[in-house]
Amino acid sequence: MTAFLRDTPGTPASKVAKVCVIAVLVLAYSGVCVLALTGTTANWATVWSYRATFWNGWLATMGISLAALAGSLLIGGLAALARRSDFLPLRYSAIAYIESVRGLPLVVLVLFGFYGVANAIGWHDRVAVGILVLSLFSGAYIAEMIRAGIDSVGRSQWDSADAIGLSPWQTYCYVVLPQVARQILPPLAGQFSSLIKDSSLLYIIGIHELTFAASQVNSATYSTFESFVPLGVCYLFLTLPISLWSKHLESRLRYET
Amino acid sequence: MKIELANVSRSFGCHRVLNNVTATLEFPHTLAWIGPSGGGKSTLLRLLASLDVPDSGEIRCNGQVLPREAEARRLQRTRVGIVFQAFNLFPHLSALENTILPLQHVHGVPRAESLERAAAILRRFQLESHSHKKPAALSGGQRQRVAIARSLVTSPDLLLMDEPTSALDPEMTAEVLDVVAELRQSGAPIVLVTHEMGFARRSADLVAFVAGGGIGESGPAETFFEFPQTDICRRFLGRVLKY
Repeated sequence: MTAFLRDTPGTPASKVAKVCVIAVLVLAYSGVCVLALTGTTANWATVWSYRATFWNGWLATMGISLAALAGSLLIGGLAALARRSDFLPLRYSAIAYIESVRGLPLVVLVLFGFYGVANAIGWHDRVAVGILVLSLFSGAYIAEMIRAGIDSVGRSQWDSADAIGLSPWQTYCYVVLPQVARQILPPLAGQFSSLIKDSSLLYIIGIHELTFAASQVNSATYSTFESFVPLGVCYLFLTLPISLWSKHLESRLRYET
Repeated sequence: MKIELANVSRSFGCHRVLNNVTATLEFPHTLAWIGPSGGGKSTLLRLLASLDVPDSGEIRCNGQVLPREAEARRLQRTRVGIVFQAFNLFPHLSALENTILPLQHVHGVPRAESLERAAAILRRFQLESHSHKKPAALSGGQRQRVAIARSLVTSPDLLLMDEPTSALDPEMTAEVLDVVAELRQSGAPIVLVTHEMGFARRSADLVAFVAGGGIGESGPAETFFEFPQTDICRRFLGRVLKY
């Protein structure tokens, strides 16, 4: 029996075994949930009437994440180039930015960025500040991805580009960036998934995104479980496909090189 | 073709790879550089290719002094073809796209004409059935032939090859050397760094021995291998021709 349930490189488990295990696990975990929750009064109807709140929160989360993705790609790309610059002040500034951001928790950045900096200079657009903070946060990670991508393009490629007479700009355009893009697409997809999850922290500065929406519904209906289950489902609905897509990209990249 | 070196020196860190090299090399078509590893052959070739500049001294090709300034060197490189030991091709582009790239983006040839010229040169090297494959799908010999095609598609004044067969097995080596030998009939002069003594002897007009940071001796292929002048060259040939 245990042999049937084991999956090792030498003797992989059969498809039947995998399907059976998944079916039994789903039943078992559902059973546990049902047992734990019988006796509590579910309040799905009330929460359902708040679906517009969820929907708006979901849209806001999507919008903020997409805007922050664009922003962090721009910031990350520039920081990666600055990090490789031969002009020392530029290089050290990039290192200072990347290392300090990567060394700080996002909550600290959000609180400091909004209450510490934005308020001090009289900038009260929460959403814009939130997007900027997220972009700066994620940009530092993307900068390191792009830098690793550029480093992975071998010396011989730069030599070959020189040899056929490409200018430095053309070398980046036609030789380096296409290879970097393929290299970093899988981790970039992962980073986008992180951005979506991290955007939930913007709730602490009062941005009306998905997590904020769920906690609003919770305080209006006093039904914590019914408010937070849809919240989790909404996030998974966004992050699972991206995670699968990222895995698919990784396997394709391995196959091609 | 006439290459003149005047007091050329090049160091990397504290290691002096070329030490005051002065020489005049004149040959009708093919010049082969042979010599031990670390003797300065590749460094000399990179200087000739304008990929690198000497610390001091100057190099003339057919009377023209090679430039030192970056943009002038890039322009100079557009007029020579360069083939390295391996990894010449861009892995994300097909053989055809690799060949089109310098034509279209460096020489400003319109896309349609670039395509035509690239296809023609790949056909000449019997590569047309592979033109849409990425380098990863080609054999080592095919990759080097595509690299040679790419370096020739722009009709360079001079073709430089740095050990083009060192990373290949004997069969692929023969396949690539056949192409190089065929270039004698038509095309630009060739300077090549090689460990293939048989090839240097049969196909080169002039052979130069590069060792210890300078050009030890040079001569027409026949006499060079029959009657080496210096002890160091005799010893080198004795060792490499032993097996």
